[in-house]
Amino acid sequence: MLEIDNLSAAYQSFQALFGVSLRVGVGEAVGVIGPNGAGKTTLLRVISGLLPGRADRLAFEGRTLDHVPAFRIIARGIAQVPENRRLFPKLSVEENLRVGAYIPQARKHFAERLGWVYELFPRLAERRNQLAGTLSGGEQQMCAIARALMSRPKLLLLDEPSAGLAPLVVQQVFDLVRRIRGQGLTVLIVEQNVQQLLDLVDRAYLLEVGHVRLAGMAAELKANPFVRQAYLGL
Amino acid sequence: MDIYLLEALINGLLLAGVLALLALGLNLIFGVIDVVWIAYAELVMCGMYVVYWLYNYYHLPFVIAGIAAILSVALLGILVHQLIIAPILGSPAINQLLATGGLLFFLQSFATLLFGTDFRNIGLRLPILEVGDMSISFSRLIAFAVAVLGAGALYLFLSRSFLGTAIRAVGQDRDIVGLMGVDQRRIYLITSGIGGALAGLAACLLVLQYDVHPFIGLSFGPITFMICVLGGLGNIVGGFVAAFIVSEIISIGSFYFSQEIGEVLAFVVFIALILVRPQGLLGRS
Repeated sequence: MLEIDNLSAAYQSFQALFGVSLRVGVGEAVGVIGPNGAGKTTLLRVISGLLPGRADRLAFEGRTLDHVPAFRIIARGIAQVPENRRLFPKLSVEENLRVGAYIPQARKHFAERLGWVYELFPRLAERRNQLAGTLSGGEQQMCAIARALMSRPKLLLLDEPSAGLAPLVVQQVFDLVRRIRGQGLTVLIVEQNVQQLLDLVDRAYLLEVGHVRLAGMAAELKANPFVRQAYLGL
Repeated sequence: MDIYLLEALINGLLLAGVLALLALGLNLIFGVIDVVWIAYAELVMCGMYVVYWLYNYYHLPFVIAGIAAILSVALLGILVHQLIIAPILGSPAINQLLATGGLLFFLQSFATLLFGTDFRNIGLRLPILEVGDMSISFSRLIAFAVAVLGAGALYLFLSRSFLGTAIRAVGQDRDIVGLMGVDQRRIYLITSGIGGALAGLAACLLVLQYDVHPFIGLSFGPITFMICVLGGLGNIVGGFVAAFIVSEIISIGSFYFSQEIGEVLAFVVFIALILVRPQGLLGRS
């Protein structure tokens, strides 16, 4: 579904990705782990068009994503939940969701999709008229995920959904992602919370200073001595 | 209460409608695009000339001339963004101020070239309403009602529609809206068009009350900026509150002293309030 071959990307003079290759198949949940500054967020920013990258191949469903501006990527079926959620704080929960359904093909199904999202996140239905900036951290993360789901994506990109959340709330967010997966959505998720991520995804990539250091099935990575020592603290 | 004071208060309220409309346009553009159109009142002046020209030379009905003015100033707003603002969006705010300041002089001079410095009146006399001992100008009453309707329509658009919600979202986090499929450049053009249309609408209402000349913008441009800053730049509700306060001060000042003293008083109150609340009445600190 998503094919990336030999991707490099840089912020002005600072190069963040060096020849990264990655695959995401239909219906898969794929994780990207790695320390701060490994290039995980950069990877997602390139996929969603926020940052230009150079790649031998960067394609979604067989069509290239090269030089496609961010605002057109979402219409292709890729929605991103950005780092730090980035809700519109002075819009209500429902208004945030309305912005999420901005693209024409999503507007047509707005009411139906809104019902589905509220069923998935009953908490958001209760707070639909509350300003997004006044939600708790976990609710904000749910709202950000819901906003991305409003566009009816095929591939959902999640950037550190557990960041800044209490352990119990992290568990809730991961359970939600599990349920979304159950609905047939493909997920690419970037996380520092390696233990929980590896329980969730089918496969994962370990990114270090812009290179793919390891890749494999989640179970393999969990058993890998290096991952165990450096990322799982075992 | 003194019936003439009541009349002054009502006139103040009516004046507030049009000023609030102008402040609304400026606040919308500042809130969404983060630029200040110094030449905003000059766009109104252009709109007044369009109405004057179509009504007096082509003898079109006033409503048709008005709609033409709204559309042409909306187009002018889009051009201002595309030709002047867009190329320097990334540069320091002072450059944008200077560029639209340059536009102010350009529009004033251009109007002088085309129409001369004569004061022109469209010669449409609307009746004066007599309520008890008070006399209320019908043109002001219409201006107020239309301004309120215009602001209400914009409110519905911004709060209910997908496009309107996206416009507000851009004002809050312009770098992330692309992820939702929102094309920032398109939103900027639409917002500039709406800002222009509001200036055009204000022009239709003001041309009923005032003569048009190339420097008419100076009569309400500074007051509009004062209202925006007093309410909190970019804060639409703040703009309404401030428009009301300023208009009432001007009206009451005019009643007890003179129009000029009224405006001086308004600026004195403005300076005092802004010392206490530098961020504006409803602005964020």
